[in-house]
Amino acid sequence: MTFNEIKTKLKDKTVGIAGCGGLGSNCAVALARVGVGTLIICDFDTIVESNLNRQYYFFDQIGMKKAATLKENIRRINPSIEVIAHDIKLDAANIVDVFGNCDVIVEAFDRADMKKMILETVLAEMPDKFLVAGIGMAGWGHSNSMHVKQHDRLYVCGDGVTEVSDDQPPLAPRVGIAASMQANTVIELLLKILN
Amino acid sequence: MNIILNNNHETFDVGQLTVAELLQLKKFTFKMLIIKINGTVVKHEDYASAIITEGDDVMVLHLISGG
Repeated sequence: MTFNEIKTKLKDKTVGIAGCGGLGSNCAVALARVGVGTLIICDFDTIVESNLNRQYYFFDQIGMKKAATLKENIRRINPSIEVIAHDIKLDAANIVDVFGNCDVIVEAFDRADMKKMILETVLAEMPDKFLVAGIGMAGWGHSNSMHVKQHDRLYVCGDGVTEVSDDQPPLAPRVGIAASMQANTVIELLLKILN
Repeated sequence: MNIILNNNHETFDVGQLTVAELLQLKKFTFKMLIIKINGTVVKHEDYASAIITEGDDVMVLHLISGG
């Protein structure tokens, strides 16, 4: 498939991204570069300096809201992508409304309890949706431990075991690998299964 | 019984297990889990009562922070 054929297929697709941190910002940018037509991005948070070790923002954007700022950064990369930015905290009640029209949903939260919330909500309330989660990407090195595991319509990207801590922070390379694995899985689903 | 656990075949000496018993047997001690039996999510409050039997397809996913 040529890049023009890929772009034509992806133009009409919609992907929801839950969280605009290390996973969400990098995954969204990858999807925008390849040409996924519509991205629905959600985050209630504000950019702080410590985010810049892995998240797709710039030093002069510290203090700005993540969802609106990521929309602006995507516009500067590929203005043909429609980005719907929600400055909201996602919960079990609003996820179904916000992501109801998406072909694929990307779980891109940082906290385990939020990951559990969206996975339970999508698996129980939206069983027909494809869901791509990121689990286990703290620290550095051991690139070969990163993988994608499929459970029905749930795809889990990461090493599955390394938890973020003071001694094992989330850093651009491994978070970026997980985010790119998520984007790669989304593209595979959109081109193959949802074509 | 034979079941599929996280895409792998597993054999147990008993005919059935509750989710709580399976977690104990397999030493899945993590707090934050997502569990599905044959595609249906089992809520935390049902771990002691939800039954796994021959041929079931079980997913136990361990959720950890980072992103």
